[in-house]
Amino acid sequence: MSETRFTDDHEWARLEGDLIVVGITNYAQEQLGDIVFIELPSVGSTVEQGQEAAVIESVKAAGDVKSPVTGSIAQVNEALVDHPETVNQDPAGEGWFYKVTPADPAEMDDLLDETAYNNMLVGLE
Amino acid sequence: MDEPAAQLQQTVLYELHQSLGARIVPFAGYQMPLNYSPGIIKEHRHTRTSASLFDVSHMGQIRIYGAGAIETLESLMPIDLSTLKPGQQRYNFLTNNNGGIVDDLMISRLADHWQLIVNAANKMKDLELITTACGSQTTVDYQHDAALIALQGPAASTILSRHSTETASLPFMHQGQFEIGGIPCLISRSGYTGEDGFEISVSNSHAMTLAESLLAHPEVEAAGLGCRDSLRLEAGLCLHGNDINEQTTPLEANLLWAISPDRRADGKRAGNFPGDARILEEMRSPPAQCRVGLRPDGKIPVRPPAALFTETGVESGLVTSGSFGPSVGGPIAMGYVNRAFSALGARHHTKVRGKPITLTVVELPFVAHNYHRRR
Repeated sequence: MSETRFTDDHEWARLEGDLIVVGITNYAQEQLGDIVFIELPSVGSTVEQGQEAAVIESVKAAGDVKSPVTGSIAQVNEALVDHPETVNQDPAGEGWFYKVTPADPAEMDDLLDETAYNNMLVGLE
Repeated sequence: MDEPAAQLQQTVLYELHQSLGARIVPFAGYQMPLNYSPGIIKEHRHTRTSASLFDVSHMGQIRIYGAGAIETLESLMPIDLSTLKPGQQRYNFLTNNNGGIVDDLMISRLADHWQLIVNAANKMKDLELITTACGSQTTVDYQHDAALIALQGPAASTILSRHSTETASLPFMHQGQFEIGGIPCLISRSGYTGEDGFEISVSNSHAMTLAESLLAHPEVEAAGLGCRDSLRLEAGLCLHGNDINEQTTPLEANLLWAISPDRRADGKRAGNFPGDARILEEMRSPPAQCRVGLRPDGKIPVRPPAALFTETGVESGLVTSGSFGPSVGGPIAMGYVNRAFSALGARHHTKVRGKPITLTVVELPFVAHNYHRRR
């Protein structure tokens, strides 16, 4: 598995073949609490780095997912529509949001590596 | 965080919340548990099926003594206290001169005084209001030294009766003095979840021991303010600051049932409370808006303050509470709608992030109350 990168907004992105898989971090799901609804982008739509790509509703509040990279949506995790709690249970795995065909794979270099992200979390404690 | 933690108060059970891994949030000037590790939905379901312990010590507990107590309290609230027997409890509210709701509260008659349980965010305001209204024959005592623990859920009575068998026969909306493991407790059979349960007033010095002994029962889990909110919304109960406030009147809020018959427009002692002119008038001719339950179509929660519109785009109401109802299994809301569009089945429209959503007026509560009624 290739290296996972992170945004300071608590999304993760991982290169998988030609696609980049996107999800939210464990910290993000903990902050949101029980997730009850997820609005995914549509396949074929364009997402931009740092712009809202998906919406998460927890019992307490609504939050957004900002895309870590720019590109075209190749696939979305349809299973989340009926089982949004999967994101709480397995945010880094089964709880992925979408896969994007990146416009510029080098955008991954803009993101934090795991050490930098974990250091940032320590600062939030 | 909205407020710097340094200025926030802690309840006497704060260390318990921390040791149980609570997610602590600022609420009404206190550092309170939003939820524990199971999360809001599991805590909610546990309360509906077993029993949960809530720390509600942030709420205000006020005692009123003296010959002038009834007169003082009846000058502030649309209630008839003369018929209340010792041990009985009522839901009521303090009103302002415009008929708005300053705060909603629980009031009980005890042997030689009255006890009020008021909202945390309003307690200092309430205390000042009551103190100002008191004559020389009445004294007001804010209980700084008391904690408040709620034990809520269908198993609550079984659990409490293991400590004190007499608590099982306490009727709904009654209060009494009991000993739980040797600790003196003032216990009322009431709550804010729609379930059977108790609210236990106990001295700060004994609160931790009491909470730990209740949590030691295998049926009991700690529950936070997050599920307290989803439970009360499913039960159709108002949250002051959201569903009722200084601008909304009891008639708009559909709380006429809480106004004592004697103080109503056709009663023997009609009026003589703040805002009586408007409130009595609204009993004769209903206000333009009223509080209703709303069920959004689909899965997206509609949260306050979402504006509601008719089919033709005329503004028809406002959502004041809205979330996901774990026992309902979907989004639920409460709000105020134009009376002309308040009938069951009436449809209202809103947008969430640009997406149109239709809401239907439904009966409250969303989940049937499971109170302990006297047979």
